Amino acid sequence: MIVGQRKPIDEIYAMIVANDVKKLLLGGCGTCVTISFAGGEKEVAELTAALELKATSDGWTLEITQLTPLRQCEPEYTREMADAVKAADAVLSLSCGVGVQTLAAEFPGKRVLPGVNTMMLGSHSPDRLFIEYCGACGDCILGETGGICPIVRCSKSMLNGPCGGSVNGKCEVSPDIGCGWQLIFDKLNELKLGATWDEVTTARDWRPSWHGGPRRLESK
Amino acid sequence: MSNLQRVLESGKFAVTSELGPPRDADASVVIEKAKLLKGQSDAVNITDNQTAIVRMSSIAAAKLLIDEGLEPVVQMTCRDRNRLAMQADILGAAALGAKNLLCLTGDHQKFGDHPQAKGVWDLDSIQLLQMVKAMRDDKKLLGGQEMAVAPDLFIGAAENPFADPFELRARRLAKKVAAGAQFIQTQIVYNVPKFEKWMEEVRALGLDKKVYIMAGISPLKSAGMAKYMKNNVPGMDVPDEYIARMTAAKDEGREPKEEGIAIAVELIEKMKTIPGIAGVHVMAIEWEEAVPDIVKAAGLLPRPMG
Repeated sequence: MIVGQRKPIDEIYAMIVANDVKKLLLGGCGTCVTISFAGGEKEVAELTAALELKATSDGWTLEITQLTPLRQCEPEYTREMADAVKAADAVLSLSCGVGVQTLAAEFPGKRVLPGVNTMMLGSHSPDRLFIEYCGACGDCILGETGGICPIVRCSKSMLNGPCGGSVNGKCEVSPDIGCGWQLIFDKLNELKLGATWDEVTTARDWRPSWHGGPRRLESK
Repeated sequence: MSNLQRVLESGKFAVTSELGPPRDADASVVIEKAKLLKGQSDAVNITDNQTAIVRMSSIAAAKLLIDEGLEPVVQMTCRDRNRLAMQADILGAAALGAKNLLCLTGDHQKFGDHPQAKGVWDLDSIQLLQMVKAMRDDKKLLGGQEMAVAPDLFIGAAENPFADPFELRARRLAKKVAAGAQFIQTQIVYNVPKFEKWMEEVRALGLDKKVYIMAGISPLKSAGMAKYMKNNVPGMDVPDEYIARMTAAKDEGREPKEEGIAIAVELIEKMKTIPGIAGVHVMAIEWEEAVPDIVKAAGLLPRPMG
C-alpha cells in the first residue's frame, strides 16, 4: 500500500492561516492511508478536533466539514465530494499525493492542501512498523532476488551487494535498517538458490523508472 | 603500463599509499603530501570524496601528483556521478595521464558533510568495473559508442573481508574479478586470523592466481582512534589486543604514534607470509608523514622504480 504520515499539526494549521481558510473540507481516504493511520476516517475526526481547538485558542474562525471517500485517487469516488468541496474555501487532503492531485484536477479553482507526507510503497509488521518494499521502478526483478527488492531495501540500490558496510545483518547507514543483500542472500539460500547470487548483474536500464518525466500507461 | 602493474607482474611485493586531497582549492597541500610520499610506494591512491566529505577532485589531485613525478591510483565511487559523468571523468583521467583506477561503490552520503545530498547509485562497483573494462578492452562506452583511443587503465577494486556475511566475502571478490578487477586493495587489516581465513577461501576459489591482492594497512594514532574505529566504523574489526597496546604505550609514557607504527610494521611482516598476498596498501589517514617510517621499517625500500 501507499504509506503516508500526517504532517505536524502546526504545519497544517499554518497552511490554513496562510491560505486564509475559514471553511475547510477535511478529506480523508478510506484505503491506503487508513491502514497507515495517517488519513482514515478516525484520523480525520482527530485532526478536526485538534484544529478546532487550535483555531479557537488562536481566535481564528474555522468551520470544518469531514468527508472520507473510499479512495481519493479515483474520480469515481471524489465526485461524491463535489458539494462539500464547492461549499469550502479549501480542501485539506489526508490522502497520498495521488489523492491530492486527483482532487486538484477534479475541482478546478479550488485550493487543495496536503495534510500528509506520502512516504513509500510499503507494508507493515504486527507492531505497526512500516517498511518500504517497492520503488515502483518499472522493471521488476523480484523473481531473481528472492522476493526482496535491492533497489529500495539496499541503501545504495546496489544490484551486486552486499557492500563492505554490512555488519551482523544490518546496514552501515543505521542499525535500524536490515541489510537488503543479507536479506536477499538468506532468502535465496532458503529457496536453495544461493548459487544464483554469484551471477554478476549488469548495469540497469533505468528508463522504465523515475527519470523520464511522469510515466504513462494506456489501459487497453 | 602502470608502474604498479609492472611491479605486481614482476612478482615483487608491491606497496601503495594513500593521499587525501584537501577540503579547499589549495594545490600546495597535495604537492607537499606528494613530496612526502615520493619514492615510498609504487603508486598513491587519491581518495574520491572519502566518507562522503567534499574534497578536491581525485582526478585533479592525481594530475598534481603526476606533475610531481608520482603515479596515482584514481579512486572513483558510484555515489556522486551517473554513468555519463563517470565515463567522462574516466576518459579525462586517462587523458591527463592516470594509469590506475580503483572502482568503489562509495560510502553512503549520510556519513559526510552533505547528508542532505541525493545519492546517485546509477551503477555499483561491480558494474563500474565492467564498464571500465569494456571501455579499455572493447573500446566501447556503456551506451555502445565506439572510441578511437581507449583509456589504458590498470583496474582495481576494494573488498572488505571483515564485513558480513563472511561466506560471501571471497565470492564477492570473485564477482569483482569476473567483472574486470586486476588488483584488489582490502579494507584495513587488524584482525589477522580472520583475514587469513578469508584468504584461505580466496585461494580455494583460485582468485589469488587471477588478481593481485594488496592488504590494507593503517597505523593507529591513539587508543581513542582504535576504539572509535572498532565501535563506529561499520565493517572495521580492531582486536582488543591492539587497543590495549595503544593504551599501554600512553600509560607508560611512550609515544602512542610510535606504537601504532610498530603495529603497522608487524602487520606488514605478517602479510608478507600469507600466500597470495601481493603487496600492501598503506593508508595513513591525514598522517601521510608516517608512510616513509612504516615502509622503511618494514624493509620495503627502496621501491623498484618503473
